Amino acid sequence: MVRRLPRKDVVIVGLGWTGSILAYELSHTGLDVVAIERGPWRDTATDFNIGTAADELRYAVRQDIFLRPKQETLTMRNNPSQTALPIRKWGSFLPGNGVGGAGVHWNGQTWRFLPDDFRIRSHYTERYGEAFLPEGNHIQDWPVSFEELEPYYDKFERVAGISGKAGNIKGQIQSGGNPFEGARERDYPTPPMKQGYQQELFTQAATKMGLHPFPRPSANLSAAYTNPYGCSMAPCTFCGFCEWFGCANYSKSSPQTCVLPALIREPTFEARTECEVTKVNLTVDGKMATGVTYVDANGEEWEQPADLVLVCAYALFNVRLLLLSGIGKPYDPVKDEGVVGRNYAYQTGSGSQAFFENVQFNPFAAAGSTGAALDDYNSDNFDHGPHGFVGGASITCAHTNGRPILFHPTPAGTPAWGSAWKKAVHDNYQRVANIGAQGSVMSYRNNYLDLDPTYKDALGRPLMRMTFDYQPNEQKMANWMAARCDEIAKAMGAKTTQVNPLRVPWNVVPYQSTHNTGGAVMGSDPKTSVLNRYLQSWDVPNVFVMGASAFPQNAGYNPTGTVGALTYLGLDGIFNYLKSSGPLVQP
Amino acid sequence: MVDSGGHWPGKKPFRRPEPPPSHSGVTRRSLLATAALLITTSGVSARIVTKVLPWKPNEAYPVTPVVPGGYLFFTANEAAVVDAFVDRLIPTDELGPGAKDAGVTTFIDRQLTGPYGGHDWLYMQGPFSSNPLPTQGLQSPLTPRQQYRLGLAALESYCNTTFYRGFIQLKPEEQDTLIAGLEKGEVQLPNFSSKMLFNAIHGNTIEGYFADPIYGGNRDMAGWKLVGFPGVRYDFRDVLDNPNKPYTLPPVGMQGRPAWGAR
Repeated sequence: MVRRLPRKDVVIVGLGWTGSILAYELSHTGLDVVAIERGPWRDTATDFNIGTAADELRYAVRQDIFLRPKQETLTMRNNPSQTALPIRKWGSFLPGNGVGGAGVHWNGQTWRFLPDDFRIRSHYTERYGEAFLPEGNHIQDWPVSFEELEPYYDKFERVAGISGKAGNIKGQIQSGGNPFEGARERDYPTPPMKQGYQQELFTQAATKMGLHPFPRPSANLSAAYTNPYGCSMAPCTFCGFCEWFGCANYSKSSPQTCVLPALIREPTFEARTECEVTKVNLTVDGKMATGVTYVDANGEEWEQPADLVLVCAYALFNVRLLLLSGIGKPYDPVKDEGVVGRNYAYQTGSGSQAFFENVQFNPFAAAGSTGAALDDYNSDNFDHGPHGFVGGASITCAHTNGRPILFHPTPAGTPAWGSAWKKAVHDNYQRVANIGAQGSVMSYRNNYLDLDPTYKDALGRPLMRMTFDYQPNEQKMANWMAARCDEIAKAMGAKTTQVNPLRVPWNVVPYQSTHNTGGAVMGSDPKTSVLNRYLQSWDVPNVFVMGASAFPQNAGYNPTGTVGALTYLGLDGIFNYLKSSGPLVQP
Repeated sequence: MVDSGGHWPGKKPFRRPEPPPSHSGVTRRSLLATAALLITTSGVSARIVTKVLPWKPNEAYPVTPVVPGGYLFFTANEAAVVDAFVDRLIPTDELGPGAKDAGVTTFIDRQLTGPYGGHDWLYMQGPFSSNPLPTQGLQSPLTPRQQYRLGLAALESYCNTTFYRGFIQLKPEEQDTLIAGLEKGEVQLPNFSSKMLFNAIHGNTIEGYFADPIYGGNRDMAGWKLVGFPGVRYDFRDVLDNPNKPYTLPPVGMQGRPAWGAR
């Protein structure tokens, strides 16, 4: 039996980056806010203690702090003609769980997308003609421009304390930064991170080649910093336990370091953890949300009424909650109609592995965002005409760690075991640099999310089904990028290099990227988007949906900077909604 | 310490484990802060956090160190086969101790008795497909414990039928040839996938050789010394300041290092 709890002004589903920012900003105005989080509460001192945090087996291999597939997973297949099967063990991507969400275990690379990325369809059509766009694509412009998002990017960067070097302040190109970035109002709040020896080689080689390398923007901080919420962080010590780990040192921006200490002091805020929201409840006509239903730690069901429902789970689980709640029309790829689950996209990874001689790269001395990058081949920063593909990649020379269970590179052809393997591991640990291209993925008619007809979660609800593969456009792009990476690797003085093309078909086993985007995209037309430009549901105006699920397609960058910016844009929308109580954009 | 089985907390599949009850029967967690209650007045069984962050000094969730000696999962025969097998995968040679000498068999044994051994955290609901796509990853209903129990029995059976000897009686060269056959799937074990057995032992051997010594493998940090990984030294800012120079300090694990004495 579902029991009803007293009404709240705002209920927030999920207490990660987006949920904690909105919870703070809204409870700060005096609203009664409850955040419902299915995972545990996590604090730095207890959960990422320096005496326990640096444990590769526990966190990176056994995936201790991630969502456990037993609780929820997805099914997957590469195309609609196949039968999807459950992802029984995470591999290609690793969703977070608990307070802080994926903001606990991320690497911290915090990018702004480029101005062209936001009007990608118009831009490509104007420059190359519509016929240039790939077959079956669903590429669409964002409903906001870079210029409109700039102040929100800035806001998130201030809260997170991002370390970096501006490349373009108010139109003035800054030496040492990224000359391709959109004009920013001011520099990053903290200076760029120190770089390692391989980044030095990369920067020299790339500069000589006429490219434009710069230290990539980092949420592992270069200096002590106190953010606008009054939360303080300490400089990063390059301990090498960053991605897939919580930071023990208060050096990695996360909800724990940047928001929760301020949020928890708001007297009208309450978090309920180990409670899983199962549904957003709607009025009989389906036009307004009345709150959420959740299941507590004992399996009891509760109804939490609220005037405003903010869906702030991980991108994939936002989409599933909308599907399970009947908010928005589910996407049907056969008819090419409907919107929820439409435009799922991901990220490409390709590059070159470079083996050097007589170097000591000391890979263990690293942070999640140590790395030099260049954007010469990203977005439309180069002429795509001769290449016949859409999109691009950020190219980086980066190493995030030297943790040896997962990092013990050997040259191709080395046996997987025995004395020859052991010698190769011994000889190569210090002398490998990876030049990687993290590329965009466009949206397509046949890459989408829906509910699985067979498999259920522990509560008996259908799992979400992911139908995804890299399309010819992405393969062409990523493999061209791998060749660019290889040129740079050779120019760095590598003795030998190995080109890593894009792995196709997409496979769930090797880790690739937790940059799952789309499925509840923002747009200007309710026929092709779930949300309007304020991340407000077109169909249920008191529901706002945060996160990378709003991206119409994915760019050649890590998503969190843009997720943060959209959160502050959405917050402005929520403030407007609280004044006017209706759709903020008329369809 | 929250668990006595040599593992980090996690008997329940996804709930935060509570520390053991104190004398009063009230969990330590629930006493941390007045604002952190397990049961609210309205009856919701949830962790309610409001007004103060619910942590206190000296509370953390360490793993229980593995105490070597004996086996909790393997039979003596199984342990002997695993010993011999991992000794071929990472042999002791001029570059230092191999997997057997680094305690990898004990590591695997203790891992199999914990949540990993039962795939306790994974999605194990059926139906299980008999012909999954290669891109769909793990689709077998067999847990690691079952893989070792059934796989090692199949290996012994194969050795006895083919060589009239057990695996440990084979010469190292014979073992190498057999392991290579398992790896490539060329050897047909009776009723068990040779690749599955190889992958289980090979994967766990790499883990045990390089994991923190607290888990029973990587004894004397043999794996870390092989590559020059300094372990959990925590602050490497000086390395960034001195690029392309060898790092000379010895490795440190979560329990310190052998030269610091027993802890």
